[in-house]
Amino acid sequence: METTSHLLSSVLMARFAAQGFLRLDSVVPDDLNTVAREAMENGIPGVPYGTAVKEAFPDGSFARRLVDLPPVAGALRSLVGPDPTVDHIAVHVREPNEGSAQPLHGDAIIDTRRDAFDVQLMYYPHEVTRDMGGTLLVPGSHLRLTNETDTGRYQNLRGQIRLTCPPGTVLLLHHGIWHGGRRNDSAHRRYMFKIRFNPTTPQIRLWDTSDLDDPAVVAELSTTFPWYEQATGRLEIYNRVALWRALTDDDTFDIEYWATRVSNRPGRTA
Amino acid sequence: MKQRVLVLYLSTSSLDDRVVGWSSYDGTGRTRPTTGDSDDPPYETGTDALRDGWRLFQASQLIPPYPGHEYDTSFLKHEFLFEKLE
Repeated sequence: METTSHLLSSVLMARFAAQGFLRLDSVVPDDLNTVAREAMENGIPGVPYGTAVKEAFPDGSFARRLVDLPPVAGALRSLVGPDPTVDHIAVHVREPNEGSAQPLHGDAIIDTRRDAFDVQLMYYPHEVTRDMGGTLLVPGSHLRLTNETDTGRYQNLRGQIRLTCPPGTVLLLHHGIWHGGRRNDSAHRRYMFKIRFNPTTPQIRLWDTSDLDDPAVVAELSTTFPWYEQATGRLEIYNRVALWRALTDDDTFDIEYWATRVSNRPGRTA
Repeated sequence: MKQRVLVLYLSTSSLDDRVVGWSSYDGTGRTRPTTGDSDDPPYETGTDALRDGWRLFQASQLIPPYPGHEYDTSFLKHEFLFEKLE
């Protein structure tokens, strides 16, 4: 990934930490969307697990052009550092009128990391309308410890996002976020290209930290979502504090004293 | 006689609290509910479902957190299953 001039701000990193995803609408130009769609229709060879980006995606390939787009490259560098490896790639297709949706799930297996994370890039080369089976996303679900499709009983959650988007839209997801391909009730195939990135460097202050003390950072990290239960929603903030402490290497950071209060044991060491 | 099942996830363990999530399964075959098919819950609270004729047949137990995992979040805690027979 060539460009680092579009690093994320602290506010956007905090948004990612709170919501578990970032959205870049229409970030891919039309000519690349056309090339990408043709490649998806023709089939894209897989990539061995753990391959460096430059080896996985040769110069000139649509995938390389995609991850080298300055806003994409800057966001990826902010999230997973300068030299992530490609875990795997996949072309996801929702067939016209296919009749079923994916169960709500997290990818791979349950992942308990609190001081590191993978990022999944989802790229939509064409417009996705409401009836085309756009991805279902549950904001703020990424820190829930569940295993793959064990969440399949949950059909709808308040505040969920049923993705509709213009052509050339890219999502960047925390590995743990609950999501699924919705039922495609249209007459059109819906394509999505996915790349999972693994960091190879500590994920500490990799973004533009010049606004780290902006009150909007805490505001982003304090966001709650309509599907949170009243009590568990407080634990979500607590877990976000832990994530932000890891990302900033600052073990004094807190929100509304949630983490400080429950660790205060004067005179006790064990 | 066929069963329709409604699953409501509530904000607290109280049946009259706010719906935060919902699922339904239709044994009559008239509808095909699925993942991500609606942004609006069928009822605002669990008791609203009772008033509309849904019969509660299961509610989540209240289980203390496992030691060492008190701050972990996972599945939705307050799950209520209802049925209608037709």
